[in-house]
Amino acid sequence: MDLVERVYAIVSEQLGVEKDSLVPEANLLDDLGADSLDVVELVMAIEEEFAIEVPDADAENIRTLGDITSYIEARVENAA
Amino acid sequence: MSIHISGTGSALPERALTNADLEKLVETSDEWIVTRTGIRERRMMAPEEATSDLVTRAGARALEMSGVRPQDIDLIIVATCTPDTLTPSTANYVQRNLCPGLSIPAFDVSAACSGFVYGLGVADALLRTGDYRRILLAGGEGLTRFMDYQERTVCILFGDGAGAAVVERREGPGGVRATTLQSDGQFTDAIIIPGGGSRKPLSPYVLAQREAFVKMKGAQVFKVAVQSMERVALDTLHKVGWKVGDLDHVIAHQANKRILDAVAERLEIPREKMPTNLAVRGNTSAASVPILLDECNRAGRFRAGDKVLLLAFGAGLTWGATALEWG
Repeated sequence: MDLVERVYAIVSEQLGVEKDSLVPEANLLDDLGADSLDVVELVMAIEEEFAIEVPDADAENIRTLGDITSYIEARVENAA
Repeated sequence: MSIHISGTGSALPERALTNADLEKLVETSDEWIVTRTGIRERRMMAPEEATSDLVTRAGARALEMSGVRPQDIDLIIVATCTPDTLTPSTANYVQRNLCPGLSIPAFDVSAACSGFVYGLGVADALLRTGDYRRILLAGGEGLTRFMDYQERTVCILFGDGAGAAVVERREGPGGVRATTLQSDGQFTDAIIIPGGGSRKPLSPYVLAQREAFVKMKGAQVFKVAVQSMERVALDTLHKVGWKVGDLDHVIAHQANKRILDAVAERLEIPREKMPTNLAVRGNTSAASVPILLDECNRAGRFRAGDKVLLLAFGAGLTWGATALEWG
């Protein structure tokens, strides 16, 4: 599974949204109906899946699904 | 020698503050509160009540159940972050109410929502010295007095109440097996009442800034809460050689449905082993664990020898767990 698919699988499970409806531009709060705790839970699930630690300062900059995938790409060398 | 909980008691104010009541105070809705927190109502003390009044009633019930007379207590410990007064301790008022004229020592433990577990750690250690035989330990809060009813993300969570336990030294096995207490002071401002202490004494300015109320960074708290409760639970089980699957009951601090769900999922605790009263009590901080413990005890949920884990997390940030065998 490539990185985008892994991220979408987590987002789909955490937020209860259809995987097929996910696009990079989707905003977690506005488009996917997440609240602040949903975002924390999502970040924690991503930390576990990709074995990285996301500092709060970085997590605050994550707004869209594209932000998540590009952040992980930057953090994980062989993620793709 | 072993340390046992020989009786429990709890006390709640009469008035229920429902989500419908809160809809009249702040911009919120029953549906929003229930989905995000699992809370439907919380109790609110009457204008003439204070924390020690609730603790006194809870303490009297715990003594009655254990068959211990007030004059046979060696020490009173009250865990609270909403004391009657900055000084003396809330425990002093409880001592006056329950055992007037007796020189029984009394003091408070301030570890917010972890307070009862911290207090149990203190009581357990003191009982093991041999200098004490019976300790009345309580958690009591009047949190509605410190709620900003203009801050809708915080005021919906907290309620008032008290729970107590008689903790005794006996011969024989069982009882409290291990307590683990931890904290991280880099998060002191994650849950805080900034005003009213020596840093920012009460003044018209502090009141106008609404700094005499509880402030909370919910997202930060959530992450540390879930991770630290998982770790302290596993550390404590490791000390006594139990696995999660050996536990019969996990009595966890009733902070928020989503924290409880996340902790249960990470530790793989079946929900039927993790009772909850969050929907009707809200978050009562230090009172949360002993109220739930008493409600489960009086409902006959515990059998002698059951393996119980008490698990809590709160301002400090503090967290802790106690593993015990019931009875």
